[in-house]
Amino acid sequence: MQGNEKLKKRQMLSAQIDLSKFNKGDFIKATEEEKKQQDVMGESTTFFKDGMKRLKKNPLAMGSIVILVLILALIIIAPFFVPYSYSDIITVDGKRDKTAANMAPFEYSKLEQQYMDRTGEKLFPHIFGTDNLSRDYFIRVIYGTRVSLSVGVIAAIMVLIIGLVYGSIAGYFGGKVDLIMMRIVDIVYSLPDMLIIILLSVVFQERLKPLIEGTMFEKLGTNMISMFIVFGLLYWVSMARLIRGQILTIKNNEYVLAARCIGTRNSRILTRHILPNCLSVIIITTALQVPSAIFTESYLSFLGLGVSAPLTSLGSLANDARSAMQSYPYRLVIPAVLICLIVLALNLLGDGLRDAFDSKLN
Amino acid sequence: MSSEKKNNDYLLEVEHLKQYFPVHQGFSTIPLKAVDDISFAIRPGETLGLVGESGCGKTTVGRTLLRLYQPTAGKITFDGKVLFDSGEQYDENGKMIVDANGKPVMGKKVDVNMMPYRKEMQMVFQDPYSSLNPRMTVEDIIGEPLDVHKLYRNRKERREKILDLMELVGLNAEHAMRYAHEFSGGQRQRIGIARALAVNPKFIVCDEAVSALDVSIQAQVVNMFEELQEKLGVAYLFIAHDLLVVHHISDRIAVMYLGKMMEIADADELNANPIHPYTLSLLSAVPIPDPETARKSHRIVLEGDVPSPLKMPTGCPFRTRCKYATEKCGQEMPQLTDRGNGHMVACWNK
Repeated sequence: MQGNEKLKKRQMLSAQIDLSKFNKGDFIKATEEEKKQQDVMGESTTFFKDGMKRLKKNPLAMGSIVILVLILALIIIAPFFVPYSYSDIITVDGKRDKTAANMAPFEYSKLEQQYMDRTGEKLFPHIFGTDNLSRDYFIRVIYGTRVSLSVGVIAAIMVLIIGLVYGSIAGYFGGKVDLIMMRIVDIVYSLPDMLIIILLSVVFQERLKPLIEGTMFEKLGTNMISMFIVFGLLYWVSMARLIRGQILTIKNNEYVLAARCIGTRNSRILTRHILPNCLSVIIITTALQVPSAIFTESYLSFLGLGVSAPLTSLGSLANDARSAMQSYPYRLVIPAVLICLIVLALNLLGDGLRDAFDSKLN
Repeated sequence: MSSEKKNNDYLLEVEHLKQYFPVHQGFSTIPLKAVDDISFAIRPGETLGLVGESGCGKTTVGRTLLRLYQPTAGKITFDGKVLFDSGEQYDENGKMIVDANGKPVMGKKVDVNMMPYRKEMQMVFQDPYSSLNPRMTVEDIIGEPLDVHKLYRNRKERREKILDLMELVGLNAEHAMRYAHEFSGGQRQRIGIARALAVNPKFIVCDEAVSALDVSIQAQVVNMFEELQEKLGVAYLFIAHDLLVVHHISDRIAVMYLGKMMEIADADELNANPIHPYTLSLLSAVPIPDPETARKSHRIVLEGDVPSPLKMPTGCPFRTRCKYATEKCGQEMPQLTDRGNGHMVACWNK
């Protein structure tokens, strides 16, 4: 079975090397150092470093990040230097200024003009003018954006947590557990979400009012809370399905078997071996969940089911502006453009993240 | 069976192991007999090679031994302790003892918690690319068994142990913080071996551990397995389909066909004097690295395909392709019988 020590005579058409043509000195054994040179090793990179490098090369995603950071900075800083409140009528010198309604951008009311002439000090301009109740429109847009963005982020986090826990359990344990859990998902999936949101907001309006009185939730209003509950109830299903699918493929890898062979407990296998390997999908889906939540919030607010009265969101701002659309079109255009900008930027960022982190595309 | 004497002799003893998987076909469920009634034993520090063609249940044997699958029936004894026993009893001829109604007489059932034994038995996997978690550094991969079994007192000791293991398998300690995908196939397999060695096991299942590597790397890794055996005294179940490699590393070789054991013998004995017709054809298919000898040798080509394990032939599973097959082969599966010097063969005719 083993080859003979001495090489046999070469066959005519054989590709066998004729060793007699070489001297013994032509072959020197490689030194340890030379052998080590064969271990070609690139710069050590982690999953995140690698992904961020690719993300930085994507101009659309980087543009989106810049826009989002600008918007974020604006909504955080603006209330500190704009001396108006989103909920109160403009007051000049302690007097409520009822003449300040429906002003154009950068216009001052009569009272304000008189005050400035009298004292010589310059009042902060109304950058977007005022609304029909004499409130500064710029600060309302800022607060509306705050509400819309936080609704999007909180809803996405809720969806992430519920979907992650549910999907991981169904995917990892498989079998009958998976079958039952996924049928529940199918049922929830088939519910018409709009109808449920409208029904629940009507029901919760009565029920929640006494419950949240005097708490921090009162400001948000019952509509807002029922919206969160609906997000929690309905929108986790696609996340759960996605994560289950990921886990089903990852748990068949040999490194999971190796971990079981070592004696690793299920919880550790899930957190150390399986979830880190579907992290990219989780990040991407969560990033894409934010704009969809903002969108839902906006059109619910537009239908009058959003945040309650003094508080506002981009959707309800657009709804309020609808009645005076012909006289003051900018009041509709500003929140609409902002919604578009935020949703577009988040969607492009989500796509960029997918391109950068999804290993299947690399 | 003289079990008491054997328990002292052998590190691992497998008796009448069966592993069936349910296969759903429409509304009915039929068992796929991946491993069907096999018995073998491994001495401390010994290497048993397990060969057979793809799909004959070699990997399943390894995984069932480590209880990654729940065995359907059989008895597994490790280091004198019974790890699993489904309770069926067998007489000296290997026949199941049944009562008057034809039901098997059941003994005590045993199914221990495997956690303490995970330290004693480990596994090296076939594919060095999928058996290492791509999100973990080498240090964490090798350190995981230490974490799970709490084999260190502080971070410093953990790190020292990991670096020792890396040195043991010939890895550069500077690479501890790197990720598995930055290594070549041979280096990755060394990481997998270091992980298996981390708990200081007495027995390692090498599941096609060198099959995915190219030939020069194969030689390095096989030699390393041998060196480690000399240093640490571990026993191997070396699963492979390359007879040359198996012959090189093994003390004894077992040949499997369709979930059944066909022949077990010392490596040299099996090579020089194969008895079972299936072993004969396997050996004749080994490529010889010398054209002239190869031309003279005559290859036994088996006719037909391996039968589906869902529709196993009655009696001996090999009879559909065996030129010595008689009527008796279709009626009953032959038991492994000793043909001298522990050369065990399961065949009626040879």
